[in-house]
Amino acid sequence: MAKEVLIEFQNITKTFGTVIANNNVSLQIFKGEILSVLGENGCGKTTLMNMLAGIYYPDGGKILIGGKEAVIHSPKAAFGYKIGMIHQHFKLIDVFTAAENVVLGVKDGEKYNLKSVKKRIGEMCDRYGFHINPDQKIYEMSVSEKQTVEIIKVLYRGADILILDEPTAVLTPQEIEKLFAVLRRMRDDGKSIIIITHKLNEVMSISDRVAVLRKGEHIGTVNTSETSEQALTEMMVGKKIVLNIDRSEPQNPADRLLVKDLNCTGPDGVKVLDHISFTARSGEILGIAGIAGSGQRQLLEAIAGLQHLDSGEIIFNRPKKNLPVSFFHKTFKQIVAMAAEGKFHYEDGTPVDLSGKSKKEIRQLVNDGKILFNEDDVMNLRDKTPLQIRELGVRLSFVPEDRLGMGLVGNMDIVDNMMLRSYRKGNSVLVDRKKPQNLADKIVKGLEVVTPDLHTPVRRLSGGNVQKVLVGREISYAPKVLMAAYPVRGLDINSSYLIYNLLDKQKREGAAVIFVGEDLDVLLGLCDRILVINSGRITGIVDARTITKEEVGLLMTKTDSGKEEKNGTEN
Amino acid sequence: MFVSFLIGAIAIGTVLLYGCLGEMLMEKSGHLNLGIPGIMCMGTAGGCLGIELYMNGLANPENASWFLLILISILMSILFSVATGAIYGFLTVTLRCNQNITGLAVTTFGTGLAQFIMSSYVSRKLFNTAGKIISRGLVNDPNANGFLRVFFSHGFFVYFAIALAIVFAAVLKRTRLGLHLRAVGENPAAADADGINVTAYKYGSIFVGSAVAGFGGLFYTMDYLKGSWENASTIESFGWLAIALVIFTLWKPNISIFGSILFGGLSITAYVLNGSSTQNELLKLLPYIITVVVLIITSIRKKRENQPPASLGLSYFREER
Repeated sequence: MAKEVLIEFQNITKTFGTVIANNNVSLQIFKGEILSVLGENGCGKTTLMNMLAGIYYPDGGKILIGGKEAVIHSPKAAFGYKIGMIHQHFKLIDVFTAAENVVLGVKDGEKYNLKSVKKRIGEMCDRYGFHINPDQKIYEMSVSEKQTVEIIKVLYRGADILILDEPTAVLTPQEIEKLFAVLRRMRDDGKSIIIITHKLNEVMSISDRVAVLRKGEHIGTVNTSETSEQALTEMMVGKKIVLNIDRSEPQNPADRLLVKDLNCTGPDGVKVLDHISFTARSGEILGIAGIAGSGQRQLLEAIAGLQHLDSGEIIFNRPKKNLPVSFFHKTFKQIVAMAAEGKFHYEDGTPVDLSGKSKKEIRQLVNDGKILFNEDDVMNLRDKTPLQIRELGVRLSFVPEDRLGMGLVGNMDIVDNMMLRSYRKGNSVLVDRKKPQNLADKIVKGLEVVTPDLHTPVRRLSGGNVQKVLVGREISYAPKVLMAAYPVRGLDINSSYLIYNLLDKQKREGAAVIFVGEDLDVLLGLCDRILVINSGRITGIVDARTITKEEVGLLMTKTDSGKEEKNGTEN
Repeated sequence: MFVSFLIGAIAIGTVLLYGCLGEMLMEKSGHLNLGIPGIMCMGTAGGCLGIELYMNGLANPENASWFLLILISILMSILFSVATGAIYGFLTVTLRCNQNITGLAVTTFGTGLAQFIMSSYVSRKLFNTAGKIISRGLVNDPNANGFLRVFFSHGFFVYFAIALAIVFAAVLKRTRLGLHLRAVGENPAAADADGINVTAYKYGSIFVGSAVAGFGGLFYTMDYLKGSWENASTIESFGWLAIALVIFTLWKPNISIFGSILFGGLSITAYVLNGSSTQNELLKLLPYIITVVVLIITSIRKKRENQPPASLGLSYFREER
């Protein structure tokens, strides 16, 4: 049966500054089908659909609706074409009832009468199988009910084309099933449904066709029945691109940060971290791969002392190497006993054997500082504030995702931003501005930060330069653990490589580097090991040198239903 | 004595009710307007200026028309208070300035300018006559039945205030207009996405709210005081009390009718009891103490319906995501 083409994208291009979000995308949407738009983060799938919903306007190309060119300048205009979009973040008014939210802004010329609104909502519920109480206030509703209100809201305005942006991200498996049942009924009713997603299993179970986008380009559209998860993953991630990132071999890796069984629940009751355990080693870059919002932010913030945990432990291991034994701490007898257990060594690493040595000789060795020992200083960082962590002497640096929100203060200049880290230093009431000034100067020169002077507010710098200032400040404290979340997001190629090299340098200097990235090529080229996180769970910790892009892609997107059930019964 | 206390409470309550309704309307659109005292003073000055011009133009002031006095004073009051409110609106809606700072500036400006107008351009020679005409009620005999006096001895402005409160409550609850206005105050981004003109609603509520608030000062000067005037600071202090009353009545116009009478009663208790000056000052604190108690109780109970509009005090800028 030949299907009727409802919407046609013709050579759509959209750019934001220098970033190309969509490049020459042509795509058709049929009447009465469910189309999945699949792609990684930042591939432009939401941008493309936002152009249909009137949020953005294309820079090039045109959108045809029913064969005629459509000009969609606003969400209101989109409703004129019977297009409605359900965004990831609901736009509902908490203290209003469902019915009040549904009718908000509707100008149908009819008398304002909530009773007839409720009646119409009731009819829709019967038709498509929703369950909703129109008199319930939004703030009393679950996430799934709120989503239902959004869908009803769009339908109430007479939409025939529904766009859902990551509709399942916040739903439980049962709620997803319910949603899919509703969507199928709407499709059978002749409505066209577009689902923006990155979850392969859902694509396979719900959609009729799949359009795959990668880095702003339309890779292809296939019928779901004629494809497989593997084939789709390949389309999503593409061929491996070899990047010339300098990657040094790890030097004497030692366990630095032990994360044990972290659990964390988000504000809407969804588990954001689910039994997370891993070890970050010194002299190594541990990459964290995952779809955005899989728990990366909460994980890093938990380590940095900014996230409350339900359970779990974060152990920081500070090795004290080659310290000389002294009689100040240990008695002569203890030293002899410990030497017999093999706890001491000489400077060249050979174990100390005191048997057969005279008391005088032993005293001489100890007093000369020849006998050395290693000690592990173990601390639990869980539920410590960033200040407490710093007071413990743990040199932990964090380059957060939100540079100007969490990392730097936009209205303050570079020097003042340096002082955010050092304002407690010194005993004087007055702050020491000299050292931050020198540090700022060093960073600006060393990292080639483009700025008029040291006293320019950082928000006036470009994204790359802001990032250089932030990374520069964080690594200037010679961190033992360096965490960087999306440190190259929005940066040009040269700045990105500079950041990669800085991270590699920290690794060579013995820091345990944790790198959260989104570009798989970079993760594979820069990291030593990659931890893949998926909906708050670790789906694999793999060797970055041997794994393929497709394998990581699959780990990122597939939902292990068997495991889910197991967890369900445990809880 | 109780009857005259009640009458006084209702009268002062009316001053507060106008200020409270005006402020409440603005807060419903997300604008915390601390300029209310200034707007009330300006409304007074405008209304008084209108009365002055009208009375001076009459050959026989004793025969001044009740209807024209009310109409002219209302129109002039609206003109002045809306002009003052427009300053606040332009700064906070269009330029997105900090609402608190703008409001305080408007209060300082409004009280000062009102004081200037009243002392320089309003002679108040015939105000006593005009005040008597304006404050005329259905029952004017001081020896009438107490019940009748409490309910029917007031001038036009008292009943107008109560009618406005009832109309506001109905509009907010039962009309599309009210729904949209509340939506703008709760979540302007959502309202905007639903095609509601956020800027228009904000300006509209600020204009109407300013006009309503201005009546409070006009009523106080022309009706309650029968045309006498000392300085703007009394009206200013009623303005602050009116803002507290908005919180006390949990942003509900119908509750504010009773809240205003309660506050009115509390603020004249001092004069009725005629205690020492220390007691008087302490008694004057009561409305504020009660407001704090209400705030504490509602904050503890956390009932969402009793919270201020969610985006109160925040500027809305569409491109900010």
